[in-house]
Amino acid sequence: MLKDKYQKEIDEILSRYPVKRSALIPLLYLAQQDEGYVSEVAMKEIAGLLRLTPPQVYETATFYTMLNLKPVGKFHLQICKSLMCALVGSDTVIGWVKTKLEIGPGETTADGLFTLSTVECLAACGTAPMMQVNEDYYERLTEEKFDRILADLKKDGTCSLKTGPFMWPEPAPAKHGA
Amino acid sequence: MPKHEPVLLKNMLQPGYTGSLADYEKTGGYQALRKVVGKVSPTDVTGTVMKSGLRGRGGAGFPTGVKWGFLPKDYQGPRYLCCNADESEPGTFKDRQLIERDPHQILEGILLACYAIGAESAYIYIRGEFVLGAKILEAAIVEARTAGYIGTNILGTGITANVWVHRGAGAYICGEETALLESLEGKRGLPRVKPPFPATHGLYNKPTVVNNVETLANLPHIISRGPEWFASIGSPPKSTGTRIFCVSGHVKRPGNYEVPMGVTFRELIYEEAGGMRSDKPLKAFIPGGASAPFLTPDSLDVKLDFESVAAAGSMLGSGGVTVMEEGTDMVWAALRLMEFFYHESCGKCSPCREGSSWLVQTMRRIVAKRGRMEDLETLVDLCKNIAGRTVCAFGDAEISPIMSTLKHWRPEYVKMIHEAEAANLIHPKRIMAQP
Repeated sequence: MLKDKYQKEIDEILSRYPVKRSALIPLLYLAQQDEGYVSEVAMKEIAGLLRLTPPQVYETATFYTMLNLKPVGKFHLQICKSLMCALVGSDTVIGWVKTKLEIGPGETTADGLFTLSTVECLAACGTAPMMQVNEDYYERLTEEKFDRILADLKKDGTCSLKTGPFMWPEPAPAKHGA
Repeated sequence: MPKHEPVLLKNMLQPGYTGSLADYEKTGGYQALRKVVGKVSPTDVTGTVMKSGLRGRGGAGFPTGVKWGFLPKDYQGPRYLCCNADESEPGTFKDRQLIERDPHQILEGILLACYAIGAESAYIYIRGEFVLGAKILEAAIVEARTAGYIGTNILGTGITANVWVHRGAGAYICGEETALLESLEGKRGLPRVKPPFPATHGLYNKPTVVNNVETLANLPHIISRGPEWFASIGSPPKSTGTRIFCVSGHVKRPGNYEVPMGVTFRELIYEEAGGMRSDKPLKAFIPGGASAPFLTPDSLDVKLDFESVAAAGSMLGSGGVTVMEEGTDMVWAALRLMEFFYHESCGKCSPCREGSSWLVQTMRRIVAKRGRMEDLETLVDLCKNIAGRTVCAFGDAEISPIMSTLKHWRPEYVKMIHEAEAANLIHPKRIMAQP
């Protein structure tokens, strides 16, 4: 139960809003963070917490693309395919994933590590092509960079190539270890 | 060094600037707030913003001071300020830089706006994907609260101003102000019918102002340096100040460039962004985000201000300039944008919901070399039946890539269809099938 596990967080979230329903998306995020996706059980519990009906929670949850209603892999690769990324090669990046992980958009690798999604604009058009992995942005992707990201994620669960605060003009390229 | 003096990006371009409260204060941060809170009347603050000529930087370009002035003066209940940080317009990535590199500049703007409109609560509605930006803003809020800029009794004046970050969850339409309010209320982000406007019936049906990140970030500078200073920059009287233009696509140095409004596209693309990335000439550019109609190189000398871009047949919109070189397939480019709009249509209005589906299917068919000449008429007919028939401006936005590419590059559509006819790939019974 979310309530037992996250009472403090739930109270803090509820305190931000004069109307309970406003806490719906933050609570759905909390459920997703807990289980990796938003389960039906969590939606029912949230409905109870906010005094909504389960369909009211469901109708909101189904509207937003970032709320996963079914489990995804440990690393959710979301590649932007909007025009600005496509102009500088996002289709090629999607091609790399298909070849290297042998999955297509909407699929998860057999080991449950990677799920691929193609998404629309993530506001990184100046540093395209880009992808988001879970909470992190990876920009100006090259094949070499992409290989390293996959290897690091598999090995360490994170990768130092992820983007920090957006910088322009960019600082001199940092020297990464081998 | 940049050719033009940046205002909003100035701090972050200094070496070693971290965006922390200490760094921001060293550059004169929060002096504007100290100057006015409890000392200058909120009406005078609004008057200053009106005098500066500041117009909204989110897309529509509505005068900010005028928008604030619409709030009922005698209303006693709560009022709200919403900072629109749901930056989702393809081609636009300026708010992200402002949020991640100089969050206090935005917070000071929010606090000034709260003071001017009498709001005790502000929500920063940030797009869900900006996880880093949300964390940075939350940390900045904690810093500002500790320093006494946010909370009850700010700067010892007895005035309350609270600010919270609210993450969206992936829906482009939530950048539309009424959809943003619906989403903030925990519902599907469906735009509301206007009127009533948020100024009287906004968040929780209370008077509300929704301002873009860049708009709010301008406020500390307007208050500190005076409205006359701001109004003297750019292309007065209607397009004052600087603006951050996001340049993407086939240029040597894509990125954010802050220039006075009124520079030309030629200057922005060839001088600031370094020109075309290869030797190929420019073929097309989008002047203001995906919603803005495409322009051709004939418009390179058009000034980047609201009126000039409108006169050239497009709009300045969100300031996202996307550049395409010779060789870019314009039908494909229009389809890519159409797929975005099809994916993001919220579904509230039938012309947009159904129309975007038909548009994308027809476009996919043409690109898949299975088009027919009648498809071009169908596209125009569909576009005409979507434009102006929806609750929000999304309907008008989604037709612009198709209508503008048909206007400038119709022969490319015709060529594709002729190739389809020559290959004899069209079977009457397969006309409606999806590629």
